Amino acid sequence: MAKTKVSVNILRYNPEADKKPRWQNYDLEVDDESTILDVLNEIHWKMDGTLAYRRSCRSSICGSCAMNVNGRNVLACETPMHRFGRKLKIKPLPGFAILKDLVVDLEDFFAKLKRIKPYLIVNHPIPEKEFIQTPAQFEEITESTLCILCAACSSSCPSSWPNENYLGPAALLKAYRYVFDSRDDGADERLDAVNDKNGIWRCHTIFNCVEACPKKIKITEYLSRLKVKVLENSI
Amino acid sequence: MKHDEAKCFHHLDAIVVGAGLAGLRAALEIARSGFQVAVLTKVYPTRSHSGGAQGGIAAALANSAEDSIDSHIFDTIKGSDYLGDQDVISFFCQEAIKSIYELEHMGVPFSRTEDGRISQRPFGGHSSPRACYAADITGHVLLHTLYEQCVKHNVLFFSEFQVFSLLVDDKVCRGLTAWDIRAGGLHLFHAKAVLLATGGYGRAWKITSNAHANTGDGVALVLESGLPLEDMEFVQYHPTGLYKHGILLTEAARGEGGYLINNDGDRFMKKYTPSKMELGPRDMVSRAEQQEINEGRGIGGKDYVYLDLRHLGREKILSRLPQIYDLALNYLKVDAIKEPVPIQPTAHYSMGGIAANIRGEVIADAAGTVVSGLYTAGEAACMSLHGANRLGTNSLQDAVTFGRVAGKSMSCFVAENDHSALPKEPLAAARTKIDTLTKGDGKERHAVIREELQENMTNYLGVFRSEADMKRVLAVIQSLQQRYRQVRIDDAGAPYNLDLIEAVEVGNLLSFAEVVVAGAILRQESRGAHYRTDFPKRDDSNWLKHTLAWRKEGKIVFDFKPVCIFPQYQPQERKY
Repeated sequence: MAKTKVSVNILRYNPEADKKPRWQNYDLEVDDESTILDVLNEIHWKMDGTLAYRRSCRSSICGSCAMNVNGRNVLACETPMHRFGRKLKIKPLPGFAILKDLVVDLEDFFAKLKRIKPYLIVNHPIPEKEFIQTPAQFEEITESTLCILCAACSSSCPSSWPNENYLGPAALLKAYRYVFDSRDDGADERLDAVNDKNGIWRCHTIFNCVEACPKKIKITEYLSRLKVKVLENSI
Repeated sequence: MKHDEAKCFHHLDAIVVGAGLAGLRAALEIARSGFQVAVLTKVYPTRSHSGGAQGGIAAALANSAEDSIDSHIFDTIKGSDYLGDQDVISFFCQEAIKSIYELEHMGVPFSRTEDGRISQRPFGGHSSPRACYAADITGHVLLHTLYEQCVKHNVLFFSEFQVFSLLVDDKVCRGLTAWDIRAGGLHLFHAKAVLLATGGYGRAWKITSNAHANTGDGVALVLESGLPLEDMEFVQYHPTGLYKHGILLTEAARGEGGYLINNDGDRFMKKYTPSKMELGPRDMVSRAEQQEINEGRGIGGKDYVYLDLRHLGREKILSRLPQIYDLALNYLKVDAIKEPVPIQPTAHYSMGGIAANIRGEVIADAAGTVVSGLYTAGEAACMSLHGANRLGTNSLQDAVTFGRVAGKSMSCFVAENDHSALPKEPLAAARTKIDTLTKGDGKERHAVIREELQENMTNYLGVFRSEADMKRVLAVIQSLQQRYRQVRIDDAGAPYNLDLIEAVEVGNLLSFAEVVVAGAILRQESRGAHYRTDFPKRDDSNWLKHTLAWRKEGKIVFDFKPVCIFPQYQPQERKY
């Protein structure tokens, strides 16, 4: 396999030693077909074990390895290095506190999901077999269930940056996923939870989340439908 | 590595290690029963590798065609090459239906039939369309739904915690120690009941569908605790790993009608499993691919064949197999609508694991003596549901059904028992591990050792095995174990020390890999996924039995356990 020389600049931060983040450069040779994750692994395994980053499935389904490469939020595992040429500038997801190097604090991100009650709420009798849901009703939510909670969207959202209380696109998309599920009876309480200045109305349809989403989910469109639902529900 | 020890002691009813489907389902059961339960997981729960499962989850609902529980039972027994325990299989196939309806009622978004019921698709080795699915992200939606149910029921999560030691002695489990990955520091967990739901051990191979996290930690800790592992030689190689990457391309691609093609353009499965073609069981399909490759009919003479989806058409590919389409495009730049996709067998699933009974209780010997307070479920466990070869879609069902069963067993145990006393120095073993890795002479890097192991396992412990090859690998592993003692990690800090975690994981890989190889050398027959070129026939008179393996005084020692066989399902020749 052909090899390529790359120059990789990584934003490093060790809370035990650094007052603020600093850039560190690594020059190395990697396979042409390497992904961003392959490059990070090569550095971590062969050159510098102190580098910290998250990764697991390496097949773009676990959502661990979202980070910012040359200005774009991407999943490191599915992104070929050659998309960015031979100079890489890698930093953690913007908008989150850095724990160490490329690892950000996601506790709030996950905690926000709880605010929208992310589970089916059923107030009608449960059938012996499955609930009947037509293919068309299933289609309503299919794309929204693709979300892998990688946080690339929330990180890209200018409405999220100045306001840490904003639910953000991922939690709001989860609200959509349940409100529009034909089996669910919890729309009232969920719509109530998002009908707030830190909820759905802080989405200013900027579309950054759609661009950042590695699963190509049309998040802004779903959030707009959620806004309509909130209005319909309050009339 | 300093930390506040006072904050690091946790006293709970039950601890679940691992937040995949098995762990989450067990935790949910325990929480609903009113007990305190914490889930420890090395990655955030929704990052668990159950989410990587694509094609479906089995149950004989008969929604898309005639089906029966009996048929599911027989298919699973035959698929296991008669090594699966038939009491476990029968119970499983009955419970599977209940498990699916329960998941659907929790909100799992299943793909639907025209009349709104759960749709089912065909899968390898199953004689009816039995796989309930959500496009090709079935594991992902199951994982997220179960996580959300745990959130609803206030299950406590310790996310990004790595288990370092089990506190087991006198066949009693008292708790465990774990490392807080984010902050750094050891934590002590004192519990009445512990569940190991740590998943499979496929990371010991270079070409693997497994996540970085699948390092068999629970399996290795059980071995370290003087308890046995069962049937570790049985490792499933999935027929359609993305070439060079090993990343999974679901069997549903063939369930939906995809072909396997060799260099001559032939659908070669007609020679191997003519009645099932591409939907033969995985062991046979992977062997067929490897044989085509070995005999020079790989594409361009190389070590891969094609998965051809083109005839399915754009609409079916994008609606039923969207993830597969994206993976081929992103990783190999192959547009599956227009081109065939290069694939090869990839290490995928661990049929073997922690020896356990049908209630999920860990056992200490062939007589079935129970280890008090220690449980296991899912891929980490061996009950044995899958025997020598697992059928596709039985694993998600295994995790969910036996997660629930183990959760029930634990709830009963917790209700009736007090905490067992902790040992005098509960942190000692974990501290020794850390000290060894921070004070070694630094002549070795753990990543280099791991790569040597993975290379050897893929090359010599794959689809075809021989004594000469395996003995060489065994010697390599033993020498790598020596070299591992000279590892010193680069990172001496506490917060997010990935170096430390990976080093511990490599220790785990080296530990259980020796059992896999020793067991494979010992078993002089071919059965299911274990195929010996020097013993190409199944040998029921000598080997219709489970292998149990312990590490005693540095040596691997074996015992055997009979297979549970019902009169109506006597072993037959396995043909498709």
